[in-house]
Amino acid sequence: MNQNLGTDTAAPAAATQAPATAQPPSGTFGGMAARSSALMNKARIAIRDLDFYYGTNKALKSISLDLPDRQVTGMIGPSGCGKSTLLRVLNRMYSLYPGQRAEGQVMLDGQNIVDPDMDLNALRAKVGMVFQKPTPFPMTIHENIAFGIRLHEKLSRAEIEERVEWALTRAALWPEVKDRLHSSAMGLSGGQQQRLCIARTIAVRPDVILFDEPTSALDPISTLKIEELIDELKQDFTIAIVTHNMQQAARCADQVAFFYLGELVEVAPAADLFTAPRQKRTQEYITGRFG
Amino acid sequence: MDRPVEHIVKSYEEELKRLRELIARMGGLAERQVADSAYALVRRDSELAGEVVGRDAPIDALEREVDSFCVRLLALRQPMASDLRFIVAALKISQDIERIGDYARNVAKRAIIVSGQPFIGGVNGFQWMAQLVQRNLKDSIDAFVRDDADLAERVWAADAPVDDIYTGIFREMLTHMMEDPRNITACTHMLFIAKNFERIGDHATNIAETVHYAVRGAVLPEDRPKADVSSELPAPPQAPAA
Repeated sequence: MNQNLGTDTAAPAAATQAPATAQPPSGTFGGMAARSSALMNKARIAIRDLDFYYGTNKALKSISLDLPDRQVTGMIGPSGCGKSTLLRVLNRMYSLYPGQRAEGQVMLDGQNIVDPDMDLNALRAKVGMVFQKPTPFPMTIHENIAFGIRLHEKLSRAEIEERVEWALTRAALWPEVKDRLHSSAMGLSGGQQQRLCIARTIAVRPDVILFDEPTSALDPISTLKIEELIDELKQDFTIAIVTHNMQQAARCADQVAFFYLGELVEVAPAADLFTAPRQKRTQEYITGRFG
Repeated sequence: MDRPVEHIVKSYEEELKRLRELIARMGGLAERQVADSAYALVRRDSELAGEVVGRDAPIDALEREVDSFCVRLLALRQPMASDLRFIVAALKISQDIERIGDYARNVAKRAIIVSGQPFIGGVNGFQWMAQLVQRNLKDSIDAFVRDDADLAERVWAADAPVDDIYTGIFREMLTHMMEDPRNITACTHMLFIAKNFERIGDHATNIAETVHYAVRGAVLPEDRPKADVSSELPAPPQAPAA
């Protein structure tokens, strides 16, 4: 396994350093040739030896992966490879279903997420999730955002108004909805609904945002808007995105992890993984030669 | 060699194959141009040299075809990893081959002029140099066609003898020019011819480097064995001031 497992103690220096670009490589293909010098930040979530079971079926096999702080980790792989399962582990969504269990370590702020004693409400405020299909609640645009805030925090009305505007602004939706905050969210377009879901997620100010194929139901322009938004949001949030669209992973992600049959085959900076992957299976999958 | 299994999309596989064939054909034409230009020079055959000059256009046309085909593949197939490196490599290699064609044509043009002048010195150096660069060119194109990074690496390391011969010719021509100013015209042409062969060798090396990157995904080191020291030779003695 070929991984970039910067430990919590070793990485901080690298996180604050500017990338070493004093001497750009000048080989055959200029900068593109050498392995990228992209530095990954210190891990926000550190996954170690994680196994996951659907009943007796082992869906994740000894996964070790860092989600670097305020960077985007793309997860790719064929259907059933375990990438969405991993996302479901990161906010303990699987706990809703009996018979599903995780073993190993998923460390966030010194706590093991998969520990049975973990406070799930606190976890889900820290780790937000955006799904494939936009899932607005059948209420007003304003209530869609305010609802979650009230669940997690005691704020005055003015503070809630302020937070709603902040969240909608960060989700690049404010200019489009500011004059109809009290009309139904169901009247928004698909792309707007997805940005509303992102606003709802960031309104509770999580540390980590998980995107599960967030644009697979959207048109190309709405897709680009979400991708631009992800690029903006990574200044403040640690992001993991599962996508079937490799170009999307190439566009959005700082590092990309390739999964196959429940194993993490390779993780590398996006520029390296898509130009010169080290593993044969990665190579065959991303060039469309699989199977 | 670890040639990947075939692409799921057959038409894409066909297109990559066609690109490989286009480069092979271009390379074949350029090899022949280099060989014939050298033969025309050595045999003082200005008729053959004239043919070489006229045969450059098909190489240029192939370069344009490779260019537009690669841009098309990049736009429509959005290649990744080895496919991406292969297509970008084809784009670069076609430029190298086109330049090689230009140098061979220039050798042929000068061969026509030199054939009308008395021979100065021997032509063995030229013959030997042409053979070496022709072999490097052939090997680098073969390396591309067969995804053979090891062969590419051998070509890349094999340019030093070409540089040695070039340096030798440079010294020899300098001597002839200093002996008798009437030699200057022919010697200058011969020097340019030698320089052209040397440049062809450099482009063959470029191709080898590109092939290595396309196959392995890693670049060769910056420092290649070098032996052209003509730029470090002392200047000829100045004529005494009148």
